[in-house]
This record gives sequence, structure tokens and C-alpha cells, in this order.
Amino acid sequence: MSLDKEIYILLKNLSKSFGDIQAVDSLSFSVYKGDIMGFLGPNGAGKSTAIRMMLSLIRPDSGSISLFGTKWNKQNHKILSRIGALIEEPRFYEHLSAYKNLEILLKLSGKKADSKRIHEVLELTGLQERSQSKVKTFSQGMKQRLGISQALIHDPELLILDEPANGLDPRGVISIRNMILRINQEMGKTILLSSHILKEIELISNRMLIINKGRKVIEGEVNELLQKGDVKVKLETDHNKQAVKLLKSKNITCEVDHEGFINFFQKKKYIPDIIDLLVNNNIKVYNVDAAKTLEDYFLDMT
Amino acid sequence: MLTLIKIELEKTFCHRRSYIGFLAIFVIIVIVQLAMYVEGNSLLSFFIQNLKDVFLFEGNLLNGYFITFILLNSMWVLMPFLVSLIAGDMIAGEANNGTLRMILIRPVSRRNLIIAKLVAVIVYVFLIVLFLMASSLLLGQLLFGAGDLIVYHGSLNIFEESDVMWRFIMAFIYGFLGMMVVASLAFLLSAFTENSLGPIIITMALVIGFTIISNLNLELFNYIRPWVFTTYISSWSLFFDYVVDWQRAIESAIISVLHIFVFCGIAILYFNKKDILT
Repeated sequence: MSLDKEIYILLKNLSKSFGDIQAVDSLSFSVYKGDIMGFLGPNGAGKSTAIRMMLSLIRPDSGSISLFGTKWNKQNHKILSRIGALIEEPRFYEHLSAYKNLEILLKLSGKKADSKRIHEVLELTGLQERSQSKVKTFSQGMKQRLGISQALIHDPELLILDEPANGLDPRGVISIRNMILRINQEMGKTILLSSHILKEIELISNRMLIINKGRKVIEGEVNELLQKGDVKVKLETDHNKQAVKLLKSKNITCEVDHEGFINFFQKKKYIPDIIDLLVNNNIKVYNVDAAKTLEDYFLDMT
Repeated sequence: MLTLIKIELEKTFCHRRSYIGFLAIFVIIVIVQLAMYVEGNSLLSFFIQNLKDVFLFEGNLLNGYFITFILLNSMWVLMPFLVSLIAGDMIAGEANNGTLRMILIRPVSRRNLIIAKLVAVIVYVFLIVLFLMASSLLLGQLLFGAGDLIVYHGSLNIFEESDVMWRFIMAFIYGFLGMMVVASLAFLLSAFTENSLGPIIITMALVIGFTIISNLNLELFNYIRPWVFTTYISSWSLFFDYVVDWQRAIESAIISVLHIFVFCGIAILYFNKKDILT
């Protein structure tokens, strides 16, 4: 499906090392128009280095980056006006107000200081009432929302968000997740979202990329990737001991977890047969949870 | 480019820290001038005690010009420190705060950005040297009035009142050039690091070390002296010789400008290729 879409980011064999450390190693992937592309990898996998190379903060040793179909180099830095980015913890001029910071960044994006636009974005990120407060008085969550404001201020087509929910409490994480979904669905922005919160990626991304030690592990549609291979099955029965014995007699390795659920891995298509087997042996099955989570997938792959 | 310069000026002059230098200069000028108001005559008498038997001194010798000259001589440590405080922070400070990456992910050319930052440094150095000159001259005139200028610069020189102002204007221009050399060095070091403390400390260490080499009259240092920039940053005092050595003055100006171009040129080239990791 993605093949018909316009490619917004195309990385080909991108590599970067710092001394002996190979941070990014022949990395290739694409982000298509309209995607929310989850960008996953353990700490030190090379996600931030790859993002910094896409934004011209770091020079690649080799390979190429194309943005919106144009090969990226320093001469065409104007292309950055079509990209909004938030890299790790957002940083601002703390002695200036939120409004003033956005005004400066808007001007740096080659646009005129448009008060209406600044208020519009502050409204979207819920900071309108604090627009004139100095950034040094902001909480971490507010700074994070201001970080998204600055990425959006010049109305870019592509957003690159590196750990946008970093350091936030669960309420903050949900708020950022909803904001990202709105930005994608209502405003039509394409988003490359790097996060270590796997649940967030699973909930909002349509495509994902996993890297490890600077190399691509896998890239594709989230649903398709999660449906490949075995799924993790959780069963709630009235007779766990008997059920486990029965499953083991069928060569299914299983165990009972601390919550009293029987856990095992199995191909999705065999699950109805397993339930039948239990029910036919007078074991009541109260609950079946058969899903491969991104967390399982991520741990399998990295 | 103009927008970038405006933004850099706004950022520099919106920061309270940028005014510390002006405040420090003003406080020192007020203290020195008040002290001179109380004890200046005895200092002047000490200055000219050997000449009193030979010459007849008339008029107001403890005047604003004399005080300004003394002040300019005493500022050689403070001024480099104040300018390196701003220039050394210009790039490294933003790298350390993480705001540099927020700027560089915008459609801004790195070369234009660093030139805009350099313009902000030039404006700051110009204003702070002008402030030193103007405030010490004005306060001096107010407290002590005008008169002939008597200075000791190699020899005791006495300048008529009408012959003084142009010397101060030239001293201001050369003082500005000298401070720009220091600021350019701090700016260059600022491009290399992610912490503004480093450029400030290294600049000051070099200024102090090189000043010792420039001023100590040792044979070994005679060979090194022409190669250290501090030899030229004190060229403002050439205009307080009875006969100005114009050839040396022009040479000093050219060498100072060359230093500024080399330091800033390396900073621009390096910054253009630098990986932003903060």
C-alpha cells in the first residue's frame, strides 16, 4: 500500500561512527506521506544519531538522505522549512517568554512573526494561558508541549519527534499521544516518532522501524509485523493445574504467571483447537487474550 | 541575514548577563573618580615632584582627561574578561543549553548564523568600549573639568587641552580593535566547545600569559613578542606619545585586523562542519 505513496524521508545506506563506535551502520528506510512511523530501538541503538543526520546536525560518513524527493545537502537547507522537529528534551531561551521563543523560531523558519499563528499553536498545545510566562517557570510537561509547539509553529508537512513524551507522567504521556494523533489525523502531518515507550508506538503508529546497534532490524506495517509468527496467549481457567498438564501432553510449553493466568506461545490459527481441547476436558475457559504486543516483538528482535 | 542579526542582537541584549560588564565598568569608574576627587592631588604631586624644580605648572592638571587616561590603563584585565564573557558564550553557551540545535533544525545557513553571532559580538564590544570611554570622560569632565593632559608613557608627556580629544578618539578605535582581537579568540574557542566556561578561561589565560611576554623586557621574549597578539592590543597607548609613531600604529591596526579575520575565519569554517551533539 505504501508503495503508491509519496516518500517524505528516504535513507540509503547511511553510516556514522564516532571514533571506534559505529553509531549508525548502513541504515536504509523510508517514511511515506501521511504515516506515523514508529522508530524503535534500545538505548544507544543510533536513533538520535540517525535523526540528527536527517536534520543536518550531524554529517554522515557515507550514504544519502532524501527529503521530499530531494537529495539532502547543505546547499538546500531551505528544505528544513518543511520539517518540524523535537529532539530529545526541548530547550528554549529560558529568560524569554513562551510567545517570544516561538516568535524567534518562527522568524528563523523564514516566516513573518504572525501573532495569530503563535496563539493558535499555543492553544493547540494548551499553553495559551501561559504564553507570556518565562520558560524558566515551566514544568517539564509544559516544556514538552512547548517543544511540540515549536515543531509545529511554521506549519511543516513532516514532523520528526524524538522521545516527545520523555520524562512525563502517565497523564502527560496520554496528552502527548492524543496531540500527535490529532496532528496526524486532523492536520494531515506525516510523523516520524522515536520513542522507547513501546505501548505508545503500538497505539498510534501505522508503520514502524526497529534498529539495533545502528542497523535496521525490521521495517513495515505495525499490524502485519505483529501478526507474523507466534502470538502470546493468556488463558484464565477454573483448573489451571489440569489445563497445564493437558497442554504439556500436547507439547505446548506453558506456565502459570503470578496473576494466575496460563501463558504460552502458539500460532494464532491453533487457538480455537486448544480452547476446544480444554472445554472437551471439562475445563472452563473464562478469558483468552491472544495478542502479540510490540513489547514482545521488540524483545524478540533486539 | 538581517533577521538573523536582529535576533542575535535581541538575544544578546535581552540577557541580564550582558549588562554586568556595563555595570562593572560604571562602578569602577565611579569608585576611581571619587577616590581621585579625594586623593588625586597627592597622586599628581607624586607624579611631577621631580619636575617642579625645573618647570612651572599652571592650570587644572587633575582633570577629566588625566583621570580617563589612568582609568584606561587600569582596565587591561577587566575589559578582556568582559568581552570574552559574551564572545566565549556566543556559540558554546547555546550548544550547552541545547538551543543551538533548535536553531539549526530551521532553514538557517550555518555560515549566516555564525556571521550574525559575530555581528552581535562586534556590536557588544563596540558599545562596551564606547561606554568605558564616554562614561569616564563625561564623569571626569563633570567632577574635575577639562585641562591639559599630563601622562607618563615612556616619558612624561604634556598635551595641550586642544590636542587631547583626537588622541582619545584614536585610543577608542584602537581599544575597540584590541578588544575585538580578544573577542574573536574567545569566539573561535567558543565554536570548538560545548561549554562556555572553557573559552572564557582559556582566553583569559592567553591574554594574561601573552601580556607578561609582551611587557617583560627579556631577550628571549624579544623574539616571541611580535607573534603574540597582546603586543598589539595595547596599541591605543601609542597615541599618548608626544610624537605618534604612525608606522607602528598602522602596523598594529593591520595585524589586529588580520588576527580578527583569522580567528573568525577558522571559527566559521569549523562551525560549518561541526557535528551538533548537544
